[in-house]
Amino acid sequence: MQASNLLKLDTRASKRSNMLLEQSLAKPRRDKVSLGAFAFLFAEIIRYSQNRVLGIQDLEAKLNELGKRVGVRVFELLMWREKNVHRETRVLPTLMFINTVVWRALFDKQADSLGHSTENDDEYMITDNEPSILKYISVPKEMASFSPGAFLAGVVEAIVEGCQCPARVTSHLVPADGMPLKTVILLKFSQEVMEREKRLETTK
Amino acid sequence: MIHAVFIINRSGGLIYNRNYSSQLAQLTSNEALIFAGTFHGIHALAARISPALKGGATRDLGIQTIDTKNFRLHCFQTPTGIKFIAATDLLQVSLADMLTSVYRLYCDYALKNPFYNLEMPIRSDMFDALLLKLVQAA
Repeated sequence: MQASNLLKLDTRASKRSNMLLEQSLAKPRRDKVSLGAFAFLFAEIIRYSQNRVLGIQDLEAKLNELGKRVGVRVFELLMWREKNVHRETRVLPTLMFINTVVWRALFDKQADSLGHSTENDDEYMITDNEPSILKYISVPKEMASFSPGAFLAGVVEAIVEGCQCPARVTSHLVPADGMPLKTVILLKFSQEVMEREKRLETTK
Repeated sequence: MIHAVFIINRSGGLIYNRNYSSQLAQLTSNEALIFAGTFHGIHALAARISPALKGGATRDLGIQTIDTKNFRLHCFQTPTGIKFIAATDLLQVSLADMLTSVYRLYCDYALKNPFYNLEMPIRSDMFDALLLKLVQAA
């Protein structure tokens, strides 16, 4: 009697998860997640990672890794869901794609600015004045160089890699007036990407 | 006109203490800790000696205001046992909604902060800044 009840419970749970997998990818009914729920989850992710690393660089690397896994899936999903997009392969259109489509799909707003570094030709910057997932995080003074935007950097890194422009992506907190959470995501494209860009520019 | 805000955790320890005007005497950190512990004690006493409520109502919530000649102390206790205390002048009659907003700020900027350990003193610039804005608006 007990065993059969337990079995009934099991099939109910698996029926629910089957339904989740069979829902259409096109436009799910529950599109948004509450920021509070995600903030709790993200805070626990950071705490969990902090227990398993030995320094700020490692912590950022771990968050970057997690972001990469999210980025790969987000990229596939966006290619499927969004109309009027095709996969970019050049540097500048990829950055525009990230700035508009990706940010809008994840955070319901566009990234605030896109910039090109003046000193190094292969560095670009995406700025977000107030990333919503970082809204409740205050970094203590002992860890002043830590930027929790490393998660976002990982997402961006996976997407640029999917667009065939691999880059090293890091995130930096640059608090400005009235925007204590302003985050800059720095992309440093690899050598072969820059060479390819130069070749494609000249042959055009 | 709010003079000071205190936050006491579930075991009676002071986790936040901020003065917003110079009218009240400034407490040293030791005095503030003693104040928190004492208040926690008398709050618990008041909750327990209140007369039995008819009809199966919930337990008494404890002290809500303390009046003195020059100022009034308001207290708001959350269901989790955290007490939010504000010292104001005598013009403010009830500060329950403002203290509820402070509770909301605490939930956002302390509980969702990965670098905050529960029941420890709150050290968050954003919490300080937003609380200051809230106090000045009241």
